[in-house]
Amino acid sequence: MNENLLQIQGLVVQFGGICAVNHLNLSINRSEIIGLIGPNGAGKTTAFNVITGIVKPASGNLFFLEQEITGKPTPVIARKGIARTFQNIRLYDDLTVIENVMVAAHCAISYSFPEAIIGFGRFGKDERRIKSRARDLLELMGLAHLGGEKANSLPYGSQRKLEIARALALEPKLLLLDEPVAGMNPTETSEFGEFVLKLRKDMSLGIGLIEHDMSFVMHVCDRIKVIDHGVEIAWGVPHEIRNNEKVIKAYLGEG
Amino acid sequence: MDFSFATQQIIYGLTLGCLYGLLAIGYTMVYGVLRLINFAHGDLLMVSAYVAFFGIIIFSLPWPLAFVGAAVLTAMIGILIDRGAYKPIRKSPRISALITAIGVSFFLENLALVLIGGRPKSFPTPMMFNGSLTLGQLKIPVLSLWVLAVTLVLLIVVVTIIHRTRVGMAMRALSRDIETVSLMGIDENRVISFTFALGSVLAAFGGVMWCMKYPAVEPFMGVIPGLKAFVAAVLGGIGNVTGAAIGGLILGLAEVLIVAIEPDWSGYRDAIAFCIMIVILLTRPTGIMGENLPD
Amino acid sequence: MPEENPIRDRLLTGLALVFLVAFLWYADNYFGAYTQRILNNIAIFIILAVSYNLINGITGQFSLEPNAFLAVGAYTSAIFTLSPEEKIRSFIIEPMIWPLSDMSLSFPASLLLAGLVTALMALLMAIPVFRVRGDYLAIVTLGFGEVIQVVANNIIPVTNGPLGIKGLTPHTNIWWSWGICIFTVFCVVRLVNSSYGRAMKAVREDETAAQAMGINAFRIKTLAFTFSAFFEGVAGGLLAHLITTISPSLFTFMLTFNLLIIIVVGGLGSTTGAIISAILITWGGEALRIVEEPASIFGFQYEGVPGMRMVLFSVILIFVMLFARQGLMGRNEFRWLKLIAWFERLTKTGAKAK
Repeated sequence: MNENLLQIQGLVVQFGGICAVNHLNLSINRSEIIGLIGPNGAGKTTAFNVITGIVKPASGNLFFLEQEITGKPTPVIARKGIARTFQNIRLYDDLTVIENVMVAAHCAISYSFPEAIIGFGRFGKDERRIKSRARDLLELMGLAHLGGEKANSLPYGSQRKLEIARALALEPKLLLLDEPVAGMNPTETSEFGEFVLKLRKDMSLGIGLIEHDMSFVMHVCDRIKVIDHGVEIAWGVPHEIRNNEKVIKAYLGEG
Repeated sequence: MDFSFATQQIIYGLTLGCLYGLLAIGYTMVYGVLRLINFAHGDLLMVSAYVAFFGIIIFSLPWPLAFVGAAVLTAMIGILIDRGAYKPIRKSPRISALITAIGVSFFLENLALVLIGGRPKSFPTPMMFNGSLTLGQLKIPVLSLWVLAVTLVLLIVVVTIIHRTRVGMAMRALSRDIETVSLMGIDENRVISFTFALGSVLAAFGGVMWCMKYPAVEPFMGVIPGLKAFVAAVLGGIGNVTGAAIGGLILGLAEVLIVAIEPDWSGYRDAIAFCIMIVILLTRPTGIMGENLPD
Repeated sequence: MPEENPIRDRLLTGLALVFLVAFLWYADNYFGAYTQRILNNIAIFIILAVSYNLINGITGQFSLEPNAFLAVGAYTSAIFTLSPEEKIRSFIIEPMIWPLSDMSLSFPASLLLAGLVTALMALLMAIPVFRVRGDYLAIVTLGFGEVIQVVANNIIPVTNGPLGIKGLTPHTNIWWSWGICIFTVFCVVRLVNSSYGRAMKAVREDETAAQAMGINAFRIKTLAFTFSAFFEGVAGGLLAHLITTISPSLFTFMLTFNLLIIIVVGGLGSTTGAIISAILITWGGEALRIVEEPASIFGFQYEGVPGMRMVLFSVILIFVMLFARQGLMGRNEFRWLKLIAWFERLTKTGAKAK
C-alpha cells in the first residue's frame, strides 16, 4: 500500500539570480496526503511547476515511481500519472464543461488519426467511452447538470471543481492541488475536505496540496511540509506543525 | 577577390545592415513590451519616406526641416496606431492583436496606393549626401558614412534612454511583467506610447536614409525591409536593442557578401533572411544576445 | 424545444447534400461560363478558408501561409499534368530538367501529389517553429511566401521562371472543385469533432494547461498545420487548372490577406462561419471589382481607383477585430437542432400573431 510515488531530492530553482526553491526534499506515497504550506512567495507553486515540468530546476532530482523525471517535458510527466490544478484556475474557457474533461482523455484514446477522420474503427466506441467517463467525473464533482455550459460561464467554486474533474480524467496516480479551497466558504471547505479524503480512499491516490486555510490543511493532511523563502523550515504530522515555533514565527513575521 | 573589393563590399553591407538595424530596434522594443509582432512597423519606413518626399518637393522645405518633420509625423502615426488599433485589444488573445497588426499594415500600404498612386517616385537626395570619398582604390559613398554615424548616434541615445531614464526602466520592467508594472503605479499606456514613438523615430530615420540609398518611393517599399528587420531582431535576441542592431549588421553583411562572392545567387538574395531565420530557430532560438523571455 | 437526434441530423445532412448536387448539376448544365467560374472560385476559397481556419481559428496559431502553399500546390500539379511534348513547347528559356521533363500524371494524381508535397513543406517549417516559439510562425510563413516567389522566378528549368506555366488543360470543373470542397469540409469537421480537435482547441485556450493534461502541444500544432497545408496544396492544384496559367506574381500576399478577412468575418474558429464567409466575400469581392475599374455613374466619369478594395477590406478587418470580434458565427457551428428550434419559434410567433 505504501508504494512510493514521488521523490524529490535537493531541488533548487532560480529565477534571474533569486533562489525560489532551495534544496527541497519531499516524498509522497500512494494513499498519502501531503500538505505544502508557507507564506506567499515561499516557492510552493514553483515546486509544483517543477514537478509538472513547467519550470526547469537548476539542480536536484525528481523521481516518479522510481523513474527519473527531472526536466522531462510537461506532457510526458502528465502521461506518467501526475495531474494538477492551478492556483489561478486555468480551464479551457471557450470549451464546454464536458469537453474540458474529455480533453484530458486525449492521451488515452485508442483510435488513430485516420480513424478519427473517416469515423470507422475504434472511433465511435472510444468516443462513447470517453464521454461516459467524463459524465461520471462530472457527476462525482456535482457538475453533471452543467455539462453543456461554457467553462468560463461557471461560478468560481464550480470552476475549481471542474479543474479537479479534468485532472482526474487523466487517471493520475498523483494529484497536485494548488489552493483548492481558495474562495470557498467554511461549509464548502469542510465538504471538500471530506471529498478529498474519500478520493484518497476510493482511488488510492497520492495527493499533494498547497493551501492557506490552516484548519483545512490540518484536518486533511497526513504530513505537512512548511517552506519559507524556498527553504524547508518544518516537516511533520499536523499537531507537530501546529506547535512549531519556527512556523508560527514565519507566519507572524510575514504579518 | 582583392582587398579593396572586399572592403568596398563590407562597407556596402554595413550600410544596409545599419538600415535593417534601425528598423529592427523598433520591432524588438515593441515585441519586448507587448509580445506583439508589429507588422505595421515596416510600413513606417514608407510613411516617413513619403513625408520627406512631399516636404521637399511640394512644400519646398529645406531638407533638414523635411527630415525632422518626417520623424515627428512618423512618431505621431506610430502612437496613433497603438492607441487606435492595439490599445483597445490589449487584454484579448494575442492572435487578435496580430490580425489587427496585419490589417493596419495593409491599410497603410493600400491607402498610400489610393492616395498617391503606385508609380515609384524618385527621391530628391540633397547634394551633401551624394558623391563619394576616394581613398586609393576605395570609393566610400558619403551616404554610407552618414548612415553609419547616424545609426551609431541613435543606438547610443536609445540604449541611454533604456538604461538611464525612468521611462526606460519602466520599459524594461514592462518587458518582464506587465501586471506588476501597473501595480507599481507606472502608467503602462504612456510607457507603451513612448516605446512606439521611439521605435517610429528610428524607423523614420531609417526610411529617409533608405530612400537616399535606393531612391524610389512607393507604397509597398516597407514590406521586405520590415520582414528582414524582424529576422534581424530575432537573430539579435528579441527584446534586446543592441542585439537588434548587431542582428541587422549581420544580416546586411550576409546579403551583400554572399552575392558578392557568388554573383549567380543574386536572384536568391531575398531568401537569405528566411534561411537565417530557420537556422536560428533550429540552433539558438534566443538569438545572439537574447535571454529567455518569461512566457 | 426539439431534441438531439443523430439519425435525423444525418438524414437532413444527406438531403441537403442531394439538393447541393442537384444545384451543381443545374449550374454545370445551364449557367454561363462566368457564373460557373465564380462557383469554382467559391469552392476553392471554401477549401482554403476551412483549412486556414483550422490552424488560425481552431488551434489558435497565427499563420500567414496560404499564398505560399497555394503556389507550391499549383506548381506541383501543373508540372505533372503537362505532357512531355507540352513541356518542350512551353519551356523556351531553358528546357525542363530531366526527370521532371519526362514525367506526367493524371489530374487527380497530380492533385494528391500537390497536397503531399505541400504537407511536407509545412512539416519542415513546423518543426523549427513549433519546437521553440509559436508566435514566429507568422513571420516564417510570411517569409516563406516571399521566398517561394523568389524561387519560382529563379529555378527556370523547373518553373519556367517569370514566364510561368501556360496552357494547362482546364481540368477543374464544378464537379472536381465542389467534390473536393465537400470532402475537405467533411474531413475538417470530423477532425474538429474528434479528440484531436478537442486537443487543438485546448492548445488554443491555454497551452500550459493543455500540456499539463498530457497533450503534446508541439505535435498537435504540427498536425493541424500539416493537415491544413495538404488541403491548401490541393486547392492550389485546382486553382492552377481553373485559370490554366500560373506565374510567380499570382501568389502574392494579397491572397492570404483575403483569406484572413474571410475567416475573421466568419468568426475565427467556426468552420461554418468560414464557409459562409468564403461564399459572401468571394462573391462580394467580385461585385466590388467595379470600384477599381473606370465606370460612368449617372453621367459622371468615375476613374476607378486601384487599391480601393484592399483599403476597404483592411478597414473591415480592423473594424471586426476591434468591435465585432465574434464575426458572423463566433465560434458556433451550424446544427440542425438550432435550425429546427429557430423554425419552431418562427411558426409559433406566426401562430400567435393570428
